Amino acid sequence: MSKKALLINYEYCTGCHSCEIACRNELGLGLGEWGIKLEQIGPFQIDERTWNFDYAPILTTLCNFCEDRVAAGKKPACVHHCLAFCMEYGTIEELAKKAEEAEGKTYIITK
Amino acid sequence: MKEEWKWGSDNDYWVRTCAWSAPGCHPVSCGLYLHVVDNKLVGVEGDPEHPVSQGRLCVRCLTLPEYLNHPQRITHPLVRVGERGENKWAPIEWEEAFDMVAQKATEIQAKYGMDTVAVIQGTGREAALYAPPTGFAVFRSATNLMGLSGQACYGPRCAVAEFVFGTGYPELDFAAYYPDRYDHPGYEIPKYVISWGKMPLTSNPDGFFGHSLIDLMKRGTKIICVDPRITWLGAHADIVLQLRPGTDAALALAMLDVIISEDLYDHEFVENWCYGFEQFAERCHEYPPSRASEITWVPEELIIEAARKFATSKPSSILWGLTFDAISTGGQAGHAVLAMLAICGYVDVPGGVTVGQPSTFLGKWRVDTRSNLQPGQFENRLGAKQFPAFAAAQWVCQPDVVLESIENDDPQIIRMLYLQSSNIISASNNVQPQRWYKALQKMEFTVVTDLFMTPSAVALGDLFLPIATFPEHDGVALPHFGRNPHFIGAMNKAIDNPGVHSDIEMCINIGKRTNPEAWDYKDAADFFDKQIRASYDFGFDDLRRMGVYQAEYNYRKYASGLLRGDGKPGFNTPSGRVELFSLMYTMWGEDPLPYYDEPHYSPVRNPDLAEEYPLILTTGGRKYTSFHSEHRMIATLREIDPWAKITIHPADAEKYGIQDGDWVTIENWLGKCQMKCWVTPSILEGVVHCEHGWWYPEQEGAEPNLYGVWKSNINMLLPHFCTNKLGFGSIHKCMMCKIYKAQGLDG
Repeated sequence: MSKKALLINYEYCTGCHSCEIACRNELGLGLGEWGIKLEQIGPFQIDERTWNFDYAPILTTLCNFCEDRVAAGKKPACVHHCLAFCMEYGTIEELAKKAEEAEGKTYIITK
Repeated sequence: MKEEWKWGSDNDYWVRTCAWSAPGCHPVSCGLYLHVVDNKLVGVEGDPEHPVSQGRLCVRCLTLPEYLNHPQRITHPLVRVGERGENKWAPIEWEEAFDMVAQKATEIQAKYGMDTVAVIQGTGREAALYAPPTGFAVFRSATNLMGLSGQACYGPRCAVAEFVFGTGYPELDFAAYYPDRYDHPGYEIPKYVISWGKMPLTSNPDGFFGHSLIDLMKRGTKIICVDPRITWLGAHADIVLQLRPGTDAALALAMLDVIISEDLYDHEFVENWCYGFEQFAERCHEYPPSRASEITWVPEELIIEAARKFATSKPSSILWGLTFDAISTGGQAGHAVLAMLAICGYVDVPGGVTVGQPSTFLGKWRVDTRSNLQPGQFENRLGAKQFPAFAAAQWVCQPDVVLESIENDDPQIIRMLYLQSSNIISASNNVQPQRWYKALQKMEFTVVTDLFMTPSAVALGDLFLPIATFPEHDGVALPHFGRNPHFIGAMNKAIDNPGVHSDIEMCINIGKRTNPEAWDYKDAADFFDKQIRASYDFGFDDLRRMGVYQAEYNYRKYASGLLRGDGKPGFNTPSGRVELFSLMYTMWGEDPLPYYDEPHYSPVRNPDLAEEYPLILTTGGRKYTSFHSEHRMIATLREIDPWAKITIHPADAEKYGIQDGDWVTIENWLGKCQMKCWVTPSILEGVVHCEHGWWYPEQEGAEPNLYGVWKSNINMLLPHFCTNKLGFGSIHKCMMCKIYKAQGLDG
């Protein structure tokens, strides 16, 4: 069976934290516990007109790719609630193809 | 959307609903499913069928169970038993509480007059819709207001839109009127969107689902940001016009100068549908980019590039934000921005801005409630004489006038206050909270309606009426408060909580005691059924099954006669056209053309003060984790944003010996407060941004601490009455201050 993963189109990740809290709700986690956590890169200036200001969600040990939701035909909680719709769930192979076609900055994350 | 709106078993079920208040939100009316077990909210899930939010939810809805079930939530009416400020209360029954409100109001009105009972409302909760009818039809008083200087939130923009376009609120066309959204035949993706003085992603303003902008960016829309900071959106924009706060009107006029001088405007639209173009063009030519660059600090070439791109990439659009309400020449900036949309041909066209129909759901009822007043009450409400333009555009009293009236013990002074969903002494939109705090102590009786004990409730309240959250009541969610509603959504009661009531339920209950003819409704569902049937050919239960109702949208209504009551083509203004030259402004003694003037306080206007207070203070930027002064007690959200934050440029930080993460005192001649600092090159040097709305529910609530309400209260530094000639506008975006390192929250 192919390994499951998330494709993050972080060109569009606005740092809204919805993935973090949707995940915490799904897994029943408490304060200080995260199944997915945002990192912030920047803002720093590259040249006169270009800035780098990105957010990137990272999976933790606690992530189980929402087995129960996925088994019930739903998307993982983080993907479902992401305000920017910048996350996709699938196998690494499927997502690699999508990453090639995607515009902007992407990464595939698995565990 | 599916017809089923409730499913599951008797004690474990799901209810579909649209989100609106409480907690507060400018009513975007996102769709969600509520999971209820044994009458308790245990979970939420975004509704993937909702045409606008499409399953997405922000962290404020995702923490809804924590909000509803919070141990500090008040779920029983409370009457004060100690002195004001002691935070000592005793529970009473609802019937007794309603009797008490009715009895006090009747006594005070018999003694002093009908208008001495005032309703002061907060923003973003349902009070925003129901406060005026609470005043007019429950208390039969014309004294309604928001406690914010110059009505500095949304109202000024609505007024400018009425004066210049004669319409409701002009909003970026984000295809929200259509079930098939961006794929709708005839819809066009805007080429450029100018996000002007606004944080559309975090604030989800007034019915615009913020991340629609991300949907559009994925479909090719490019962004131009007007902001003194490089926000996330700015970092992903094609152009950022990083302007000196408060100079928006000069920037807009310079862009217009470029568009007109280079002949980039829509001649057909200008000739057929605009009034006063020649005088308007002359005015714009007084602000060439070279001059505007000196005023605004924005490089001349960027002003020119932005203007060219906006005018020549059709269609394009503008999201205009709170800045237009919260600077003194915001009205002029708004006039110029609407003119820019008009002369480029972007009004009421696909991918431009949509404009609301003149009459909307609930609008007629809200106007009709005024018939409960005696002749002269409405016309003579506080501020109406001094500010006729304000009075023409707004139903409320002019807030700065009201404060002074209380301070000066004017004969018309209010004696009883119904504080509806307003934490007025926290640093929300109001300025001079310490003056409001002192003035409102004069009230003989104050009712506070809220969900948690707040600094304002402790300091001012005699009776506390707890409000229902949206899962606890029936209602209708109405984006843009009806001024450009792309849909109406059913808000379905999922939980029975007899300890709390919604605003409209309180209106019905108190109204039946004070003015029963106006409140002939069995309950909220009955009220909404009657309201919906007055506008549509269906009722509330049908809306529950529909989920949301999206009315058909008509573009170019000015050409088909749909914008005017008389059915004639044109705009609903005195000239029948878009008033580039405002005939009404002339009548009110205001310059009929937009202009720039220095803010009331700035380093340019007050170089002497700038020696002591060299920094420009701008406030009001938004974040995902709170709605104004709400949500500070929600631990999940406080974990993300634990403290009030000041944003400082590295050069300024170095100058004042401050490091990232330090506590900082922000001070001027009006007051001081403390915040933690974020040092970043993304803010203009010489400008600091301070968050608003901070108080600390985890601290002592009784006087003098009042949950730490004065500790990070940036509005103490903002002066009162910095309005324009018409009574609109404030100084939230451009004040003066100094900063220095502090030891902690207490200074």
